[in-house]
Amino acid sequence: MKKHFIKLAISCGLFLFTAVQIAAAATVSSSELIANASQYNGQIVLYSGEVVGDVMARGDHAWINLYDGKNAIGVWVSLALANNIRHTGSYRSSGDKIEIAGIFNRACVEHGGDLDIHGQGLRIISEGRQLSHLFDINKRNSVVILLGVIFILWILTLFLRR
Amino acid sequence: MILKPRLEDIKIIGFYLGKIVFGLALTMAVPIICGLAFKEFNPTLDFIIGIEISLILGLVLTNLCRTDKDLNWMQGMIVVSLSWLVAMVLGAIPLYLSGHWKSFLDVCFDAMSGFATTGLALVVDLDHLSYTHNLWRHLIMFIGGQGIVIIALSFFVKGFSGAFRMYVGEGRDERILPNVIHTSRFIWLVSIVYLFLGTLALGVTGILEGMRPVNAFFHGACIFMAAFDTGGFAPQSQNILYYHSFTYEIITVVIMVLGALNFKLHYHLWQGNRKEIFKNIETVTLFFSILVTFAIVAVGLSESGVYSKAFLLFRKGFYQLISGHTGTGFQTIYAAQFGQDWNNLALVGLICAMALGGAVCSTTGAIKMLRLGIIFKAFKEDLKRIIMPERTVVIERFHHIKETFLNDKLARAALMITLAYIILYLLGALVGMFYGYPFLDALFESTSAAANVGLSCGITSVDMPAALKVTYITQMWIGRLEFMSVFTIIGFLFACIKGKK
Repeated sequence: MKKHFIKLAISCGLFLFTAVQIAAAATVSSSELIANASQYNGQIVLYSGEVVGDVMARGDHAWINLYDGKNAIGVWVSLALANNIRHTGSYRSSGDKIEIAGIFNRACVEHGGDLDIHGQGLRIISEGRQLSHLFDINKRNSVVILLGVIFILWILTLFLRR
Repeated sequence: MILKPRLEDIKIIGFYLGKIVFGLALTMAVPIICGLAFKEFNPTLDFIIGIEISLILGLVLTNLCRTDKDLNWMQGMIVVSLSWLVAMVLGAIPLYLSGHWKSFLDVCFDAMSGFATTGLALVVDLDHLSYTHNLWRHLIMFIGGQGIVIIALSFFVKGFSGAFRMYVGEGRDERILPNVIHTSRFIWLVSIVYLFLGTLALGVTGILEGMRPVNAFFHGACIFMAAFDTGGFAPQSQNILYYHSFTYEIITVVIMVLGALNFKLHYHLWQGNRKEIFKNIETVTLFFSILVTFAIVAVGLSESGVYSKAFLLFRKGFYQLISGHTGTGFQTIYAAQFGQDWNNLALVGLICAMALGGAVCSTTGAIKMLRLGIIFKAFKEDLKRIIMPERTVVIERFHHIKETFLNDKLARAALMITLAYIILYLLGALVGMFYGYPFLDALFESTSAAANVGLSCGITSVDMPAALKVTYITQMWIGRLEFMSVFTIIGFLFACIKGKK
C-alpha cells in the first residue's frame, strides 16, 4: 500500500513538474529553435505549425512534420495523439494547425541525430480543409491563343517547304 | 586573325538549337500526363503553355535557320551551351506559372539548378506544391543528369558526325559504344532500369515507414531521379530529413554512389566484368578520397561535440559527406546547422569532398576522380624521377577500362580543368564575401553551386542579392558543361564584335 502511495506521489510530482514546465514554456519558432539549438536542447518547448506531408506511423508512435512558415520540424508523438490529426498539408489541402508541447533535441540519440521534438501534448489550433483550385480561365485562354500561333507557324512551314 | 562568324554559322547553330528545343518540349508531356492522372488541371495548363512556347520557338528556329549542313566543333559547342540557357528559361515557365516562386530570376535559378543537377532551391512553400510541378522539378534533374543534348541525340537525330561534337560539349568525353547515338540510348537504358528498381525500393520502404502508397511511390520516383542524377531536390522542404528513416538514407546512399560512377563502368558491370570496379582508377580514387575527406569531417565533428555517440556522428557526417562527394546535395540536417554545429574543420572536409566530385561520364559535376587520379599519378611519376637514378626510364600507367600510359598531354588537360574549377570556386566565394558573408560560408556555397552539389549552409535563400543568384546560376552552368563549350561561346561573341570579315 505504502509502495503504491509513493509511486502515485512520484507520478503526480512528475506530472505537475512537466505541466509547470509546459505552462512556463513560450512558443518558439522553427528558426529560433534551429538557430539556438544548443540552448533549447533537452528543454520542453511549445512549437506550433501546420502538419505537412504524411503522418508516418511507426509502431505505437508516429512522425509528423510541422511547418511554421519558415521551416518544417519533425515531431515524434504517440499514435494516440497523432490520430487527432484530420488534415495534412499538400497541394489539395491545408493541414491542421497544431501546437505541440515536447522535448526539443538538437541531435536526438533515439533518432539517429535528427533535430526533432518529442511531443508530449498536442492541441489543435485550427482544422485544415480541402483547397479548391478554381479552373484558371486566363491560362486556358493562353493555351488557345498559343495553339493558334503554332497552327499558323505550321502552315507557314508547309508553304516554306514548297 | 579572328574571323567574324558567317550567317551560315548562325543558321546552323539556330537549326540544331531548334531540334534540342523540340526534345525539351517532348519531355514536358510527362508532367502533363501526371497532371491529368492526379486531376491537377491548372498545373496541367501550365505545362501545356510551356510545351506550346517551346514548340513555337522550335518551329521558328528550325524554319528560319533550315540547313542540311553538319555542325563543326565550334558550332557544336555553342549549340550545347546555348541549349542549356534556353532549357533553363523554357523549363522555368511552367514552374513560374505555379506561383511558388517570387520572381522569374528565382525560378530560373531553380531551373538551372535542376538541369545542372545542383539542388540549390529558392522555391517558396514547397510542401504545398502540386505533384505535377514537383515531378517536373525532379524530371529536369533526370534530363539534365543524362544531358539535354542526349535527349535530342536519342530521339531526334538519326546519325551525323556533329552529334559527337555536341556530346563532348556537354561535359562528356567518353563514348561507351562506338556510335555516340547508341551511347546516348545506352545511358537512357541504364537510367530507366535503375529508375524502375530504385523507385520500387524507395516506394516499398516509404510504405513500410508509414507513408501513403501513392505518396510513397511518387516520392520514391522523385528521390530516385534526384539521387541517381546526383541532383538533390526533394518533394518536401525538409529534404531527406522529412522521412526520418535510416533505411531510406541507406538506399539513397547506394543510389547516389551508383549515380557518381562512370556510365562506361556501368556498361562493363552489366557485361559481367565485375573486376573492373576494383581496378578502375576512378573507383579506387573515389574510395580513398571518401576515406580521407570523411576522416577530416569525423575529426571536426568529434571536436565540435554535437553528436554524443559515434554512430550518430557517422550517420550524419557520412551521409552529408557522400551527398557532397557525389554532388547530390541531399541533407539530413538543416542548412543553418552547418554553421552552428559543424566546426571549420568539418566544413573544410565537406568542401573538399564537394570540390572533387565523382566519375567522368557520370551525372556528377566538379573536378572528378579521373582527373584527381591522373594528377596523383603525375606527381608520383615526377617524384620517382627525382628519387631514382637519372638513367632510369620512369613510366606511369593507370587502369581506366583499359591500361593507359600516362603522358604529359593527359596530365596537362587534367591539371587545366582542375585549375579552372578551383578558380571558379574562388570567384564565387569572392562574390559571396563581397555581399558580407564569411569566407568559409561563401566558399561552401560557391563550391556547392559550381560543383553542382546543392548542399547549402544557408546563404541560398529567396532574400539573397540578385547578383549572387546570377553568380550561382553562371557557376552551375559553367560547372556542368566543364568550361569548354562556355569558353567557346565567349570566343564566338568576341569574334562577332572584333572579328574581321
